[in-house]
Amino acid sequence: MIPSAVAEIAGFCMQVTRTRDPPKSGRITATKPYPVHLMKNGSSKHLEVVGKPFRKVDASAKVTGQTKFADDIVLPRMLYCKILRSHVPHALIRKIDTSKAVAMPGVVAVITGKSLPIPYGILPVSQDEHALCLDKVRMIGDPVAAVAAIDEDAAFEAMNAIEVEYDPLPVISSIQDALRSPGSAHMDDNPSRTGGPQLAGENKEAWRIHGYGDHGNVHKMVALEFGDVEEGFKQADLIREDVFFYEGNTHLPMEQHAAVAQVDGDGKLCLWSSTQTPHYVHRALAKVLEMPASRIRVIATPNGGGFGGKSDPFPHEMIVSKLALLTGRPVKVTLTREEVFYCHRGRHPVLMWVKTGAKKDGAITAMHFRSFLDGGAYGSYGVASTYYTGALQTVTYKIPNYKFEGVRVFTNKPPCGPKRGHGTPQPRYALEVHLDKIAEQLRLDPVAIRKNHLVEPYSLTSNYLRVGSMGLAACIDKVVTASDFKNKFRNLPYGKGIGLACASYLSGAGLPIYWNHMPHSGVQLRLDRQGGVCVMCGSIDIGQGSDSVLAYIIAEVLGIDPFDIRVLTADTDLTPVDLGSYSSRVTLMTGNAALEAAERARDLLIRAVSEKMNIPATRLSLSGGRLFDVENPETSISFAEAVQIAEARFGTIGTVGSYTPPPSAGKYKGAGVGPSPAYSYDAAVAEVEVDPRTGIVRVERIWIAHDIGRAINPALTLGQVEGSVYMGLGEALMEEMSYRTNRNVVHKFPSLLEYKSPTTLEMCDVKTFLIEDPDPNGPFGAKEVGQGPLLPVPPAIANAVYDAVQVRIDEVPITPDKVLSAIQKRDEKQEDEGESANGGGTGITRGVEEPHRYGPKSVPEVDWPEPVRVKPPWDGGTGKEILREAVHARE
Amino acid sequence: MKQRRKIRKQKAHIAFVLNGEPCEVAFAPHKTLLEVLREDLNLTGTKHGCELGECGTCAVLLDGKPVLSCLVLGLDAEGREVTTVEGMQLPEGRLHPLQETFADLGAAQCGYCTPGFLLTALELLAKNPKPTREEIAQALSGNLCRCTGYIKIYEAVELAAAHMRGEKAEVAEEVVYGLKS
Repeated sequence: MIPSAVAEIAGFCMQVTRTRDPPKSGRITATKPYPVHLMKNGSSKHLEVVGKPFRKVDASAKVTGQTKFADDIVLPRMLYCKILRSHVPHALIRKIDTSKAVAMPGVVAVITGKSLPIPYGILPVSQDEHALCLDKVRMIGDPVAAVAAIDEDAAFEAMNAIEVEYDPLPVISSIQDALRSPGSAHMDDNPSRTGGPQLAGENKEAWRIHGYGDHGNVHKMVALEFGDVEEGFKQADLIREDVFFYEGNTHLPMEQHAAVAQVDGDGKLCLWSSTQTPHYVHRALAKVLEMPASRIRVIATPNGGGFGGKSDPFPHEMIVSKLALLTGRPVKVTLTREEVFYCHRGRHPVLMWVKTGAKKDGAITAMHFRSFLDGGAYGSYGVASTYYTGALQTVTYKIPNYKFEGVRVFTNKPPCGPKRGHGTPQPRYALEVHLDKIAEQLRLDPVAIRKNHLVEPYSLTSNYLRVGSMGLAACIDKVVTASDFKNKFRNLPYGKGIGLACASYLSGAGLPIYWNHMPHSGVQLRLDRQGGVCVMCGSIDIGQGSDSVLAYIIAEVLGIDPFDIRVLTADTDLTPVDLGSYSSRVTLMTGNAALEAAERARDLLIRAVSEKMNIPATRLSLSGGRLFDVENPETSISFAEAVQIAEARFGTIGTVGSYTPPPSAGKYKGAGVGPSPAYSYDAAVAEVEVDPRTGIVRVERIWIAHDIGRAINPALTLGQVEGSVYMGLGEALMEEMSYRTNRNVVHKFPSLLEYKSPTTLEMCDVKTFLIEDPDPNGPFGAKEVGQGPLLPVPPAIANAVYDAVQVRIDEVPITPDKVLSAIQKRDEKQEDEGESANGGGTGITRGVEEPHRYGPKSVPEVDWPEPVRVKPPWDGGTGKEILREAVHARE
Repeated sequence: MKQRRKIRKQKAHIAFVLNGEPCEVAFAPHKTLLEVLREDLNLTGTKHGCELGECGTCAVLLDGKPVLSCLVLGLDAEGREVTTVEGMQLPEGRLHPLQETFADLGAAQCGYCTPGFLLTALELLAKNPKPTREEIAQALSGNLCRCTGYIKIYEAVELAAAHMRGEKAEVAEEVVYGLKS
């Protein structure tokens, strides 16, 4: 069935596929009616592109070094920009003297915050950033002034000649400091006694990093309750509490952020930038530069890795744009690796407390989850991140009563934001380790406790998330069988262990970042009379293969070779809006938009040809670059001829498609975070070796099964799974954003050498299974893959470490010192027979013999707001908040 | 008017062999080979990840040996042979077997670290045509990749090695479809 032209062009790769019959992935599950995107005119065909391991459409450019990343752009008369950044963590700017810099040779322009006074931020509720700080710096690395000069050296020297005088302010460096800082509702009379900030603050406002937020340095507090957790706990046979900490870590894309701005000949501003969200950058630029958006063009260059780190509008993008407008010359900025560390927006450090009630068979009766997020110096996506730490607990195992309380604080550190999994790997780690402990306490098999209580497919959770296809049971079966988990678990020799964990993630956020009713993704298709097809879409390829997904889907519908399609993406002048490459949204949302555009184009071709050739439209099909009569396949015309007939009939052939996610079921305040058109599922088993003498953990192998819905391209899907496992491994074992404390919160090691990330020598073997349980909301049934497979990895490793050496590490990264410390404490206790066997423990779950552990012992006391109460769907709930007489305690 | 910089020759001028062709270039003498390649010769296929010798992204071959071009002075290339990713393609624009397999198996995701990996692997296969997975991991351990988890890179190097040995190697089904059981 594979067109020979495709086979020739795809070359080697097709040798793999040519011998194969329609792939097994072509199956349609019998249990649920799957609206497979068959030909609307009733004829059907085997999938020719979808499900096949084609090359990426940009693969050749990438292996030959031809892909133009932002820093590869060079324009005539281009100036180079350097940004002076704060070297103090929190201070008022008393004075900036740029006179020496301005006078230096080669310097063309120097700007400060006065040139860009308008605030911006990714979320409408957190417009708290300035391209250059106006009167206050909030972290080391905050941009203060910028230089444009004729070469990089001149810019660098001038940057160093700028003089800034600061008035230091008290520094907040931890969640605890922030919660207890003067001005906070939780302020203690004597902060030093409670471990709060030590400096005396005569002025409460001086302690406050931002003048907005809930109070003091509390950026956001949320509280939600679905059902009645107290009632749920009463029904439980076991109640267990645990405390966990997930250290922050960063994206570390290999490409440093870069941007080039130019004023075009027509007076319009053009910005090329390494961004995952050109549309949001476009909006922010219009606001900050006070220019009509129609005079600004943002082109996202292919990202040399993103992982969420290029999802915010950044100061450097505003700065080069302003400098280009001021100088009339192109201006380029490329951040140094150290600057990339300070831009951050990575994984929030999250302290978590979880209390769960369970029946003897492991059924959860209620769960109460609290998270404390160290947000860093700015809002970024933080309000969403806070909700995300409480949103997806409910989509794996049934939780009939669920309460979530979360708080995000400001600290004088680089701001945290979305990193692969955005706000969900931390609670997932806590939940899966917690569940492992519950299973052990109930003497249940960790497989059974999970598999017996899975959320039903096509159901609503207690917090009104609409689960669609749900392949987690199949995922668990695959990894448990392949790893021989049941025989190995608790049976491996001391020092070797095996652990299981599961997870789920969004296929795109159900709601846009700024409130509107417009589509989340748009695709335009233009068919050329010579047979060419051009697809235009605002999405940006960050390495995940989104350009290719567009081509594959359109090629499938139009029966043409994906490599014949011109893919034009991420240019706000030329492509319809797509919200960006984040929240694992592109395959599903852009894919659906592409599908709609392609189906409309196909229908035009078929209608025109049907009329012209007098064949019923239902008999016409597009395949192998031809349009033919399925009952008489010899009657066929080329794709180009079909376009010509259609163009003669209808005029120029162009179609559009767009995608808007289904409305979310939840209507309560806070229901905007968590809904998604589809959820992917994962199960992972990790096998580890722990050296009890050194505490070094080596992960030997990870088996992972990912419920992808349908793999549009299985080879690329595997690549995403393996890459997610890799990043999860790094987070589990070594990656951490670590700062010197004592009021000088400078990053300990903002370099690729000392910020430990897995090299080939640390990377484990990965055995991957793809589970295809097509989801009705996905294009051809496809769900996400870019983020979900990261989630089960840290808890699977933590559970395996416990299996290996019988100590619990309730904090990631699981570094050798933590493992060794727990082992040594246990061994000391064992030698001292008189001591209670209940060791290093949380001190929370009493009356049970608790294994030794390393991890946080408690969470801060917080005066939580009254929760938004919502009745679950099975209790007559409508998704709306229960109206209550009592108003918010503090209102 | 404020540009009073004295105009005088400040650049070094060297000749070397670049991707098999003679090349002359003038540049500020403190520049690294990385900067000379990217900025003075417009060969932007060579990327940078740190410019401190930590990530392997900027690897090129100098007299056939992989070096981090961010740690080599441009001046040190005088009279020597430099190979960059732009020099890997075969006659008639055909891709090198390593480039083919990296493209086929998805070993290049974002593609940013890819040139460095390709050149390091090229040298490995030149001295060891049949490396084991461990030898490949060892040889590539100085190159960081944040996208792939290295697995597809190993598989691509192994497959290219087989092709370069003249073997008719096929891709295992699990490499492109995943495991079935």
